[in-house]
Amino acid sequence: MKKVKISGRVGLLGLAIGLLTGLSVATVPGDAGAWEPKKPVEFIIMAGKGGGADKAVRYMQNIIAKHKLSSKPFTPINKPGGTGAEALIYVKGAKDPDHTIMFTLNSFYTTPLRQPKIKVDISKFTPIGRMAEDTFLLWVHKDSGITNVKQFVKAAKAKGNAWIMAGTGKNSEDNLLTDFLNKAYGLNMKYVPYKGGGRVAKELAGKNANSTVNNPSEQLGFYQAGKTVPIAAFTPARLPLFADAPTFKELGKDFVYFMQRTVVGAPGMSKEAATYYRQLFAQIYGSDEWQGYMTKKSLQGGFITGDILMRYWLREKAVHKVMLQKMGALK
Amino acid sequence: MDILPLLLNGFAIAFEPLNLALIIGGCAIGLFIGAMPGLGSVNGVAILLPMTFLVPPTGAIIFLGAIYYGAMYGGAISSIMLGIPGASTAVATTFDGRPMAIKGEADKALIAAATASFVGGSVGVVLFTLFAPPLADVALTFGAPEIFALMLMAFATFIGLGTDDIPKTIFSIFIGLVFGAVGLDIISGEPRLIFGDIPGFYHGINFLVLAIGIYGIGEMLWTIEISKGNAMMSKATISVPRILNTLVELTRTWRTMLMGSFLGYFVGILPAAGATPGSLMAYGVAKTFAKDPETYGKGNIKGVVAPEAANNAASTGAMLPMLTLGIPGSPTTAILLGGMVIWGLEPGPMVFTDHPDFVWGFIASLYVANLFALLINIAFIPAFIAVLKMPFTILAPIIFVLCIVGGFVPTLDMHDVWLMLIFGIVGYFMRKLDYPMAPAVLAIVLGPLAEPALRQSLLISGGSFAIFFTRPYAGVIMAIAIALFVLPLIKIALDKYRRPKDG
Repeated sequence: MKKVKISGRVGLLGLAIGLLTGLSVATVPGDAGAWEPKKPVEFIIMAGKGGGADKAVRYMQNIIAKHKLSSKPFTPINKPGGTGAEALIYVKGAKDPDHTIMFTLNSFYTTPLRQPKIKVDISKFTPIGRMAEDTFLLWVHKDSGITNVKQFVKAAKAKGNAWIMAGTGKNSEDNLLTDFLNKAYGLNMKYVPYKGGGRVAKELAGKNANSTVNNPSEQLGFYQAGKTVPIAAFTPARLPLFADAPTFKELGKDFVYFMQRTVVGAPGMSKEAATYYRQLFAQIYGSDEWQGYMTKKSLQGGFITGDILMRYWLREKAVHKVMLQKMGALK
Repeated sequence: MDILPLLLNGFAIAFEPLNLALIIGGCAIGLFIGAMPGLGSVNGVAILLPMTFLVPPTGAIIFLGAIYYGAMYGGAISSIMLGIPGASTAVATTFDGRPMAIKGEADKALIAAATASFVGGSVGVVLFTLFAPPLADVALTFGAPEIFALMLMAFATFIGLGTDDIPKTIFSIFIGLVFGAVGLDIISGEPRLIFGDIPGFYHGINFLVLAIGIYGIGEMLWTIEISKGNAMMSKATISVPRILNTLVELTRTWRTMLMGSFLGYFVGILPAAGATPGSLMAYGVAKTFAKDPETYGKGNIKGVVAPEAANNAASTGAMLPMLTLGIPGSPTTAILLGGMVIWGLEPGPMVFTDHPDFVWGFIASLYVANLFALLINIAFIPAFIAVLKMPFTILAPIIFVLCIVGGFVPTLDMHDVWLMLIFGIVGYFMRKLDYPMAPAVLAIVLGPLAEPALRQSLLISGGSFAIFFTRPYAGVIMAIAIALFVLPLIKIALDKYRRPKDG
């Protein structure tokens, strides 16, 4: 790979050589008999463009292309409708399950629970690999002068229903965390849904919202520019990137919440195809790029796959069922 | 931060042999991708993204930026030549570009589009150079109430767009709004108007499906009917004196060009808006303030100039939130963002200070790309004219295939192709019954942007409409919107008052 990069700098001739080298690498045949994609793979994203999930998929797509891990391209397709319902329905009914994979969030559990009408049973999906667990923090604008949860609670109480918490879609992860905060601290914040975490982060930075519960990757730019600041983390231990933000556990509220960033295969995917994708995503997980990405974006969690991943899903689904029942979203 | 040395340094980077080659190649590729119906800058950038690992990051973004630019120029070509929008951003160009081509003025329309694109792009990139940080702050403070006010303004500019038949215009707007409401609603999380349980409707009705259906298929059916099988398309010619005449005529449209450029740029920098609403609004404003609004839609050169200036300015504008906020202003910039992440660049408020070479090299390359896109475009006009001279019996099947591909590619869903064919047939009947199409197209673009913004605003305010008037930006835009609604009514009243005198 290095050689290709350098030759590209030399000029057009170098570019042509680089292209040729690239082609020859791409045409090296794989193991005889092993399954490989026969056409472009649809990589469905359960969220809108520009959010954390979207960036992660495009990043993985680029790792695949850069290291030529697949002979066929991976095409990211955003299906953000209805907090992931659109994506779930699409993948459930995929006409070509061997070439349809999806990048999921926690709406993978919550949306089927909340919308039984869409008839999605997540245990029918094919577990490929959990790439990371994303973390959540509570963010406020720097100009608000709020630096800790105590001040936050005081300010939010004073404003009551006029305190705006921006989030991604009704009954999404952000909504769950908002409800937790409202209950735990006796607040009455108003939840306003927007399309995608990137948009939510912008609403806080532009002072159109009072607080958000964004993932680190979504707020990082505004944080570095000194516009927004995290005041607490929904993690078991403090995040290295935001060492000044205490965990809710430290503050006496035992609440830990992660968002899975997992690759799921369509129901009915063949065994051979599942094995191929598992190996592929294990390779991506192990790449320097992905590891660097995880550090930079403050992502956590190891790679899990197969039955272990399925058990993880079912456990998380049960946890979310209880949470949704508590907040009154489920009967 | 002194801009001039940074910009000059940027030009030095843009003129490096590799980068210059990438600009020229990118413009040419973009032009052709943009000219294909349905295929726009999004597809071009997405397809060629993996290629960019062969060059350094600055070269990569320069290449993709050039494709983006070229595609914006190219979008006008099929709008004018075939009457099918080459990309969603070029829909407004069909309104007058197509009638011009039918009148035998295809060369004039193409030159007008290229020139206006150049002016729009240039204004956009100059504004970008001079005012990027303050404009980013404006974009940041734009919340839901401001976006709704802006969308209302866009609707207001289109009041007079239809024919004189107001009930038919209103019907057309409403049908567009209803189509725009189809799909899953983000605020309640519930599906709407999905016709029982058809999964294809969950992602809503793609605007390109409607536009290609109505303008591509519908137009073709219409042409078949009126030509009764006679091989006719249009008498297109091109010659040097004609080009010169056109350029002279274009100098008289400078006001429209600048209006389109500024409006397009401003709409472009707002996250979530992008070039399509920008170009539609520019067309609406041009018509509203024209002395001869009745000639719009019948081949007025200003009707080509306004949207083309706007969509190029807007595409530059959309780069602003991408670079400075890390938020895409359009679908294409969303893909560029993904690319930047893997090149090891973190777009966001820090990118100007952390990576000055990258940012300024890119900005300078936009100046260069703009010029080359213009030259390449003009050089190919004779070739495009030759296509128009093909007999309709050959052209019609080609258009049909291009329409099908264009309907399928954005979502890769056959559902959309069937839908597009249905819209084509409906469009044919609407045209036969003299319903205006443009308001329906406008409504399906703006409806899905306006509706969530309205509901978010009212959620924030607790149901009070005062929120649209008490915030500074929203208040000003609302006032303009209301003025635009009232203006045509006053005009009609004045006309009625004057008419008896003339008679």
